[in-house]
Amino acid sequence: WSPDMMAARFLRRALPALRQARSYAEAASGAPQMSFTFASPTQVFFKEASVKQVDVPTLTGAFGILPAHVPTLQVLRPGVVTVFSDDGSSAKYFVSSGSVTVNADSSVQLLAEEAVPLDQLDIAAAKANLEKAQSELAGTSDEATRAEVQISIEANEAIVKALE
Amino acid sequence: MFARTSALVFSPQCGQVRNMATLKDITIRLKSIKNIQKITKSMKMVAAAKYARAERQLKPARVYGNSAVALYEKADIKAPEDKAGKHLIIGVTSDRGLCGAIHSGVAKTIKSEIANLTGAGKEVMVINVGDKLRGLLHRTHGKHIMLNCKEVGRKPPSFGDASIVATELLNSGYEFDQGSVIFNRFRSVISYKTDQKPLFSTDVVSNSENMGIYDDIDADVLRNYQEFALVNIIYLALRESSTSEQSARMTAMDSASKNASEMIDKLTLTFNRTRQAVITKELIEIISGAAAL
Repeated sequence: WSPDMMAARFLRRALPALRQARSYAEAASGAPQMSFTFASPTQVFFKEASVKQVDVPTLTGAFGILPAHVPTLQVLRPGVVTVFSDDGSSAKYFVSSGSVTVNADSSVQLLAEEAVPLDQLDIAAAKANLEKAQSELAGTSDEATRAEVQISIEANEAIVKALE
Repeated sequence: MFARTSALVFSPQCGQVRNMATLKDITIRLKSIKNIQKITKSMKMVAAAKYARAERQLKPARVYGNSAVALYEKADIKAPEDKAGKHLIIGVTSDRGLCGAIHSGVAKTIKSEIANLTGAGKEVMVINVGDKLRGLLHRTHGKHIMLNCKEVGRKPPSFGDASIVATELLNSGYEFDQGSVIFNRFRSVISYKTDQKPLFSTDVVSNSENMGIYDDIDADVLRNYQEFALVNIIYLALRESSTSEQSARMTAMDSASKNASEMIDKLTLTFNRTRQAVITKELIEIISGAAAL
């Protein structure tokens, strides 16, 4: 029951003399809309929204997701997620970690452990935290604490890089 | 609950004629029921406040948690039926009672699941999140219990709590093939339902047939992804369970207060009748004494 069929029908009725009626071809099917869900445990940023593109930072590198992206599962690293919506505007968020799933039906679930819009981050505080973490790294020798401090360094470095 | 209270104040004397309740007895009983009503009313208020907050926080948690299981649903992942696998059940309730059938519902589901699985020859282990569940299960199914979590339900659950449970599970070294999280899903203020969400091990997921369509996944990435998904599912269960529990406690305390009011009304009537009977008796004594003169 598409509009093109109806247009064809009117055309046939309007010009009965014309045996063959022309109608427009249907739009290229199979470019499904991306159903984008972006949430943290306490806040939902996008719920099944239709957006144009999403750039995510993952452990294997940053990549952009468009509708009809090949299905994949990825784990996030601290970095910036950029969401380009249909009207061309973009929104940036800083995520600490999480996972992203692209399914066959072009639905994308971006689950972040912590996510904040970039403008809520303070670059001075981030730099101070980074220096503190770097000095802590020099001081500790215990494996587990070293790993924690390194995670903190990586996250703070990413924040500073994102805000500059 | 109230029948027990009455037994404390009014011990029925079996084999003897029960005396007419004196005014003093009724007064004592009335006072105690009024106190109980005050307590249940205030518990209802507290539960209502906690419920309002829990329900507000449940909305984003639901979107988050349901997205986490979206992969399992869309890729239609199922564990191979025939293999005698190892099962894991995570039961989520809390530490505190007076909330209706919350804890017993989950315990009943867990018990029937254990019966089904051991009947089919599979090995089952249970993780109890919440002290009440431990109390209900440890006597009969003690050998299936792997882990107990306490101090649940005092404060609203956070992502950190869920990650602690998941970390302990992964550190315990129990290599389960599949499992489920059993919790009370919140439906509305007056209704909740015991529900299950599935868990799968990394092996089962990577060997599942539909996983081939997912591009180029490292074993490492998949393991990280699975661990994160595990925490997310537990987090969702904790949030739903907490909201159901507060709403159930609110309803339970509300009906307790109503019952207490009813008893107070009845007792007040009895009190007045008894008081009038006592006065009439005294009058009769006086009058017949005067008539005798």
